[in-house]
Amino acid sequence: MEFVELIKTPRVDGAILHRPFQPRVEGTLCLTGHHLILSSRQDNNEELWLLHSNIDAIEKRLVRLELRVIMINLFSLQALSTLDSTTLMYPFFYRPMFEVLEDGWHSFLPEHEFTLLSAMTDEWRLSYINKDFTVCTSYPPIVIVPKSIDDETLKKVATFRQGGRFPVLSYYHKKNGMVMMHSAQPLTGTNGRRCKEDEKLINATLRAGKRGYIIDTRSANAAQQAKTKGGGFEQEAHYPQWRRIHKSIERYHILQESLIKLVEASNDQSHNMDRWLSKLEASSWLTHVKEILTTSCLAAQCIDREGASVLVHGSEGIDSTLQVTSLAHIILDPESRTINGFEALVEREWLQAGHPFQQRCAQSAYSNSKQKNEAPTFLLFLDCCWQMQRQFPCSFEFNEQFLVVLFEHAYASQFGTFLGNNENERRKLKLQQKTVSLWSWINRPKELEKYLNPLYEANSLVIWPSVAPQSLQLWEGVFLRWNRSSKYLDEAWDEIIHIIEYNKDLQAKVNALRRQLAELQTEDGELERP
Amino acid sequence: MQRERWQLQHQEHPSIDGIKSDTGTAPARGQEHRLPSGISNCTVGTLGFFREGMEYIRTPKIENVRLLDRVSSKKASAGSLYLTATHLIFVEHLSESRKETWILHSQICAVEKQATTATGCPLLIRCKNFQVIQFIISQERDCHDIYISLIRLSRPVKYEELYCFSFNPKQEKNERGRGWNLTDLKAEYNRMGVPNSLWQVSHVNRDYGVCDTYPAELYVPKSASTPVIVGSSKFRSRGRFPVLCYFCQDNNGAICRSSQPLSGFSARCLEDEQMLQAIRMSNPGSDFLYVVDTRPKLNAMANRAAGKGYENEDNYSNIKFHFIGIENIHVMRNSLQKLLDVCELRSPAMSVFLWGLESSGWLKHIKAIMDAGIFIAKAVAEEAASVLVHCSDGWDRTAQVCSIAGLLLDPFYRTLKGFMVLIEKDWVSFGHKFNHRYSHLDGDPREVSPVIDQFFDCVWQLMEQFPCAFEFNERFLVHIHHHVYSCQFGNFICNNNKESKELRIQEKTNSLWPHLTKNQVDYKNPLYRKDHSQTQGVLRPHTAPSNFSRFWRNMYNRFEKGMHPRQSVTEFLMAVKEETQQLEEELEVLEEKLARLDQSHLRDRREAIKLPHNLESTTDQCLANTPQDYMDNGKPFTSCSSSQADENSETTILIHNMKHSDTDLSGNSDQESGVADLSCRSPSGGDFLSSEDSSKNLSEYPEEIAFAVA
Repeated sequence: MEFVELIKTPRVDGAILHRPFQPRVEGTLCLTGHHLILSSRQDNNEELWLLHSNIDAIEKRLVRLELRVIMINLFSLQALSTLDSTTLMYPFFYRPMFEVLEDGWHSFLPEHEFTLLSAMTDEWRLSYINKDFTVCTSYPPIVIVPKSIDDETLKKVATFRQGGRFPVLSYYHKKNGMVMMHSAQPLTGTNGRRCKEDEKLINATLRAGKRGYIIDTRSANAAQQAKTKGGGFEQEAHYPQWRRIHKSIERYHILQESLIKLVEASNDQSHNMDRWLSKLEASSWLTHVKEILTTSCLAAQCIDREGASVLVHGSEGIDSTLQVTSLAHIILDPESRTINGFEALVEREWLQAGHPFQQRCAQSAYSNSKQKNEAPTFLLFLDCCWQMQRQFPCSFEFNEQFLVVLFEHAYASQFGTFLGNNENERRKLKLQQKTVSLWSWINRPKELEKYLNPLYEANSLVIWPSVAPQSLQLWEGVFLRWNRSSKYLDEAWDEIIHIIEYNKDLQAKVNALRRQLAELQTEDGELERP
Repeated sequence: MQRERWQLQHQEHPSIDGIKSDTGTAPARGQEHRLPSGISNCTVGTLGFFREGMEYIRTPKIENVRLLDRVSSKKASAGSLYLTATHLIFVEHLSESRKETWILHSQICAVEKQATTATGCPLLIRCKNFQVIQFIISQERDCHDIYISLIRLSRPVKYEELYCFSFNPKQEKNERGRGWNLTDLKAEYNRMGVPNSLWQVSHVNRDYGVCDTYPAELYVPKSASTPVIVGSSKFRSRGRFPVLCYFCQDNNGAICRSSQPLSGFSARCLEDEQMLQAIRMSNPGSDFLYVVDTRPKLNAMANRAAGKGYENEDNYSNIKFHFIGIENIHVMRNSLQKLLDVCELRSPAMSVFLWGLESSGWLKHIKAIMDAGIFIAKAVAEEAASVLVHCSDGWDRTAQVCSIAGLLLDPFYRTLKGFMVLIEKDWVSFGHKFNHRYSHLDGDPREVSPVIDQFFDCVWQLMEQFPCAFEFNERFLVHIHHHVYSCQFGNFICNNNKESKELRIQEKTNSLWPHLTKNQVDYKNPLYRKDHSQTQGVLRPHTAPSNFSRFWRNMYNRFEKGMHPRQSVTEFLMAVKEETQQLEEELEVLEEKLARLDQSHLRDRREAIKLPHNLESTTDQCLANTPQDYMDNGKPFTSCSSSQADENSETTILIHNMKHSDTDLSGNSDQESGVADLSCRSPSGGDFLSSEDSSKNLSEYPEEIAFAVA
């Protein structure tokens, strides 16, 4: 196996692991193809298994990994933690030790989603135009488009949108039949090119006499500048029924730098409050959270309050666009606040919609080699979800841990779900055949249990979060988790579960007794009657 | 929607509601009070000031007033403004609910009349409980009248003018006295285990002769003779000599408090040195005494020039001296002002807010106070050492630090009762200057400072870190904070014990604590459990800045309801627990009934029970009725049995019988367990008013947030 060449020393004795809040462990360090293993070689002591892809950076004597700091000395890790070829990655070697009850690869099929949609409206259809990924490389083979638009028109529209990402349905609002679509920017260029088919397509989603909103996730300036590179935005003159709103959401390296600064601040060991607050502010992380959440609220507001349809796009339509559409989903659609619904949302609005996970989540905050395409887009989305969860603690079926797990697996995983940059790549890699889906693991009842929110009471309404700075908070469960013990908060969580379980037990008991009593009494009645 | 409703409740319930009514739970308790009667209740006072107060009211009622919405300036509600001797009341006209906003005069900290515009004359009112409210009054003259009246009414000059002297809730005659005895400090010291062989009561200050800001009864080392005490008091600012504040029974560690010594550059005092030695000797297990000066070193040194200062380690035997830099009241006052400026910004950018939070320094100060408290708690708990704490006068920073240390050390102070006692002991009895600090009477603005506000903030930060450790919830803190300023109760009126005796506070006013105790259900932390590990022993908080960097939205932005979480875990769990309690009661009743039925019919029923046909049909019938009966006071089946008169009798026998019936019928309950789940689902779904109502609010909500579709 190729790995052997990379592993210079497979075993080192006498390594010491220092961990915060826990005693240090002395033991033997082993290096395998995908894991760094530390074992104290004692029966009762747990072993540390560290996935190489979790490793962001290695310093001399000091290895930093995903917000965790460990002291070791070993060098061949460098090569292993930055494997070039996807097919050498761990998911291809991982064999599940659990029984797959429901194959996650087939859990969320677009056909199924469409069945649900067609129960509500007949104005949309499935299009197989992209089945060979020829029209748009980053779209899935099956997309949902207005019924009145034929595939020929779609092909023309695709040439007018960056990367061929023509407008497709993202969300149908049952309450008033309004829709949200996402796409990439139109290729108007400096001379204001227009495309009749594009206009026809998006107008087809409007009801008679109704206006729609185009939410451009770039500032007006940035959108203007994009023209020089062949991109652009929808001109009012050509789209008279649409109102364009520019909302600036940062992308790529700005977000990555923000994450790096935040993580650096979180690991600052100094006990100086000013320094912590100023670093927190300088990271701008919460500013990004606020921007994204505000834009999503705006999109949701247009749909639910203004009764208008919405088209969301930025430039390529694979980052901020998806943040906005998926968060608007969560605001509007109670279904997406359930575990299954949220998984379906991630599958549809992120994986199928072509968010390039492998590029964006190659390495996290400690990575020295700032790769151009890295960005914590998905982490920001999860952070926004967490903020909403904080504000509506009873409206989500899943708990914080669920979001943390998704974050972890997006960056490093034994499952194939987040490999590849789009459906096209995933098919080429034959992920469905060769790797296990994350959903297969999570959706087993035993595992699922860990992610349930005991406070959940289905809330069928739209949830409007507050976006005031006072209402937004640092996600401590992710950013501070290796810096302090969460023991007391975990205890509180257990207590909540206990209170609710006890209540349920009592309800069951009381109901049983009531029945007994009623039975006895009716019997008595019957006995006395004759 | 009834957020401002709380003030209405003041007649009967001092509970104020910034949090609970947010979710719009059941109609506020005071709702049956129609406004006119409410007003007449207030205005027809029993005491002199009412008539006196009326003199300052130029216009009792103004029409055509608009109350501006703080979030969106476009929205405003029209109504009338009423001015009474105690309250400013705004009654909304057009809404069906006739929403009312009551503002107590004593809560008003600033009234600002702004330039008249085309729409009218704006009047901005800032309250000490962080409410900011803006009216637009159509007539300039009316606005001026109100302004002049409020200026006078919000700045009383005599104690007798304060609300507590006229506030007269319906209660029995001796209830007032009993209320004051709720927090008996003598009992508290007994609880700590003093007096004992090491510490004793001293009556040296019986007539407030030695120190007029200390209580009459003080606890001092047994070995400290009266001359030593008196001598020491002469060497301490304002005579505040070292006295016992907390005693740890397990290891004899003690927390003592005092003011700074008058050491200047070289002065010493033998008695004071003996006093400290006596304190050290009162802890036989420890051979040194910590002396903690909570001021920054620079401030302490500057004090030396004024003949004050700090203890010289060379002069006192076996002391370990420490500075812990907590800034003075002036710095804290400015810090809060800066913080409030940030809170008042209309939809600020994140960076502006965070920058403002940082530059206000507020959280830095909170952390400094926490650090000091943690240091002392550690010294006592881990080193079994005694600690003497002081600042300058020993009534601000010292009070903060000692009470935080107490909270960390002793689980009792983390209970409802204990927290009340803690405030009475460390703040009220040791002469924290409530009147000056919270400007109850018109006075020197440089004396005003949010000292106790900071203490509450620290407690809240601890509650965030230890969710199961406190018996009370956040609302408890918010309400006490409110009443520190409201002047509705006599506890926090005076500067010291002596003053309070002279004013006969205990005879003429009511204590806050019985009122909070009466409503204690509202103040309980559902996660608190007496046998939980967090409620045992010493709390050891994390000290990294990120652990104390939370902004207390529910305090400083208490009235900006749009910012608050729409659903509250606490509310939810409280409802669940309430339901659980009812279930427990019902379970008992049911078991009893079953047992009785079983007993009386067991013989006759032998045959009947073999009729499975009957059984099935009846089950269905009764199941259909279950959910509805469910919440009816736990007595849903009263109609079925006449023999149920005495519920409390013979439980032991009944339990015994229960076992019989259990085995008899267990088959049935198993069979239907699936159905049971279903039926218990529906009542719980409908009964959490909080969650249901919050959803109702949701639909009205988006207009309030400015997502700016512009």
